[in-house]
Amino acid sequence: MENSVVLDMKDVSKTFPGVKALQHVDFKLRKGEIHALMGENGAGKSTLIKVLTGVHDFESGKITMAGTDIVNKSPQDAQSHGISTVYQEVNLCPNLTVAENLFIGREPRKFGFIDWRIMNKKSAELLKDLDIDANATDKLEECSLAKQQMIAIARAVDMQCQVLILDEPTSSLDDEEVEKLFVLMRRLKGQGVGIIFVTHFLEQVYEVCDRITVLRNGTLVGEYEVAELPRVKLVSKMMGKDFDDLADIKGDHKKLEKFVPVIEAKGVGRKGSIKPFDFVANKGEVVGLTGLLGSGRSELVRAIYGADKPDSGTILVNGKEAKISAPIDAMKLGMAYLPEDRKKDGIIADLSVRENIILALQAKKGMFHLMSHKEMEEAADKYIEMLQIKTASRETPIKSLSGGNQQKVIIGRWLLTNPEYLILDEPTRGIDIGTKTEIQKLVLNLADQGMAVTFISSEVEEMLRTCSRMGVMRDGKKVGELTGDDLTQEGIMKAIAGGDENE
Amino acid sequence: MNKETLKNITSKRLFLPIVCLIAVLLVNVIKTPDFFKISLENGVLSGYIIIVINRASELVILAVGMTLVTAASGGQDISVGAVMAVAAAVCCQILSGGATSVTSLAAPLVLAILAGILASALCGAFNGFLVAKLNIQPMVATLILFTAGRGIAQLITKGQITYIRVESYKTFGGYIGKCPIPTPIFIAIIVIVITQLVLKKTALGLYIESVGINGTASRLVGLNSTLIKFLTYVICGIMAGIAGVVASSRIYSADANNIGLNLEMDAILAVALGGNVLGGGKFNLMGSVIGAYTIQALTTTLYAMNVKADQLPVYKAIVVIIIVVLQSPVFKKFLANQKAKKLSNTTAAEGGK
Repeated sequence: MENSVVLDMKDVSKTFPGVKALQHVDFKLRKGEIHALMGENGAGKSTLIKVLTGVHDFESGKITMAGTDIVNKSPQDAQSHGISTVYQEVNLCPNLTVAENLFIGREPRKFGFIDWRIMNKKSAELLKDLDIDANATDKLEECSLAKQQMIAIARAVDMQCQVLILDEPTSSLDDEEVEKLFVLMRRLKGQGVGIIFVTHFLEQVYEVCDRITVLRNGTLVGEYEVAELPRVKLVSKMMGKDFDDLADIKGDHKKLEKFVPVIEAKGVGRKGSIKPFDFVANKGEVVGLTGLLGSGRSELVRAIYGADKPDSGTILVNGKEAKISAPIDAMKLGMAYLPEDRKKDGIIADLSVRENIILALQAKKGMFHLMSHKEMEEAADKYIEMLQIKTASRETPIKSLSGGNQQKVIIGRWLLTNPEYLILDEPTRGIDIGTKTEIQKLVLNLADQGMAVTFISSEVEEMLRTCSRMGVMRDGKKVGELTGDDLTQEGIMKAIAGGDENE
Repeated sequence: MNKETLKNITSKRLFLPIVCLIAVLLVNVIKTPDFFKISLENGVLSGYIIIVINRASELVILAVGMTLVTAASGGQDISVGAVMAVAAAVCCQILSGGATSVTSLAAPLVLAILAGILASALCGAFNGFLVAKLNIQPMVATLILFTAGRGIAQLITKGQITYIRVESYKTFGGYIGKCPIPTPIFIAIIVIVITQLVLKKTALGLYIESVGINGTASRLVGLNSTLIKFLTYVICGIMAGIAGVVASSRIYSADANNIGLNLEMDAILAVALGGNVLGGGKFNLMGSVIGAYTIQALTTTLYAMNVKADQLPVYKAIVVIIIVVLQSPVFKKFLANQKAKKLSNTTAAEGGK
């Protein structure tokens, strides 16, 4: 049985300045298994993966593959040892074609030149083989995020890897795409590939995985067979405490009695991204926006916030018509917008946690009214404590925080501006369950204090727990709203699918 | 405690640039001991050190502008040398009233200088428009004025070298009255102080860094990325104008072909030597300033060691390579690893007892 082990990591330790990221962690991957790597944000999952793939070096321990010790100094090294990785944020080149991305660094050649014909042909075959709906000659940036992810996997698959690492591959996929991915994963498993699957979605773990390794605070909690570890136990192992996630958090919060509109959008639209829509956000209410990826959820809020300037319609703020031509206008009217893509649109990577927190307020105050250092520090400390942001200090660059903590910093940034209307676009994506619940509770508390909140999430359950009204989006159009008894998983699915629409 | 303070000093961002400057100066302690001798000749200070600080002034002023442009746009303004010539040409042409050589001013000095700086600010605005509004790569956008700038300066002076043989104009590159310290030194210091004040007292510094690191995210938090980038180019143009007037005053003429020649590359080098990333983002103004002085110190040192002018670039290149390697992340990582190894060896040895 032992010789079926393809990858064995023993006693691996890694320290970052001020943080023990990994302490004596063991990890074992067998041939033809799908092995989930679980843990909260900052538990050391990403670090373990990065140590394995040579992105980081490690201080102690050893990595054995198929009986021989290996040292990966770079991802290229890891690849040559048969370890391929697909990251949460796709690491491909958006300005190249799909085919170029698939074969970058190993292009088929003829007389020393790249043989484009063969490359495109091979790519088309590979895409067809894996049932990916993309053209070999399309630019990668023209593909949806989900497709880009599939293409990244296709690239790894084609490189004949023995170990495939999928780091949060499903966080930007919709259900159907996830299903496709699972089909693919099972097929690879059948071929004897060992798959390391990092995810936050419990359902998915139980659907495809064989084993689970749990990390917490950089240490190994244990390795378990999926069948032997019920969900609740898994969660308590990850969090190190009992778990109240499934409790009804909405019950404790008061029901809205008076509807005072803060934002009213009438016929707002933008050619090519969102058809004209009406939308109202009331004081003290959490409104959800649901729909498939790319259905126009983000586009709707971006149009209101002035991130993409609408070309039709009017927006009323507190009953008065507002002119919003850039985000700063919206901010001055009391709006705040947490964007969907944290890395690209949210964080200012090299700036410190403090600077990231105060930036929006400083922008609102204007260039000539610089906040004093004391004000900045107080603001930063307040939100670091309130949101329990795990950071070495307030001067740590935000890029060295884990994803969930980065998100908390961005939330803090907006709360500091004291908004009347808060837009949260996928605030919990790629974030562990504990933090997710915290954010959901926070949203409900903010609404109780009278803030109008718009909440966008791909997870229906999460929306049901927080929203009292929900707008339904389909193909760049707002097709309806759900309230009261219609707010069930089934009702939402039906609305998204458009069952009873007469179109 | 000693270790702690040492660590504190070495981890400062300015540490390496300062070490580089000191290293260059140390060579002189051994090679040319009279390098540090400062004497009073004809009522003015003289000595190599004074030459370094004086001659570096234009470069320092350019480096200040270049730092901001680099931080905000992740690219460099390579037109600054040519823009210096434009400012000098405009300034001298107004002062001479069109004549080739004058011994009295045809227009008020202040007016002419302001006009020169305004011309350079316009050049900066042109660059800024191309980069910030039209999203043209900085190198390409500023290449236009890099090539055309000297031509424009020639057009303004009608192809001649305009001489302003008036004492009051020589002040900016020479001495104020009986003051023994050369004026350019004061001008450079004033530029540094004003820029630092603006960066410290307004949020401009934070805005520039933020826009340089992530433009889209900055826009979403309410910053006007386009305007901020544009501003840095205008500032850079103004700096080039000031440097141009100083350079022109030194030779009391507008020599369109030679004023600020190749100085843009030295300015970029100064930014890099100062430990700034040329890809934009976080910046360190004082680092660039020290970088600028280091470059001039190097040049003067080599002259003091009797290196011929045409061989100078070779020696300069060697030193620059060493300095840049010392500051590279790979080298720093190597050092850190060596340190960690040493540490783990000692702990292992202790564990073995």
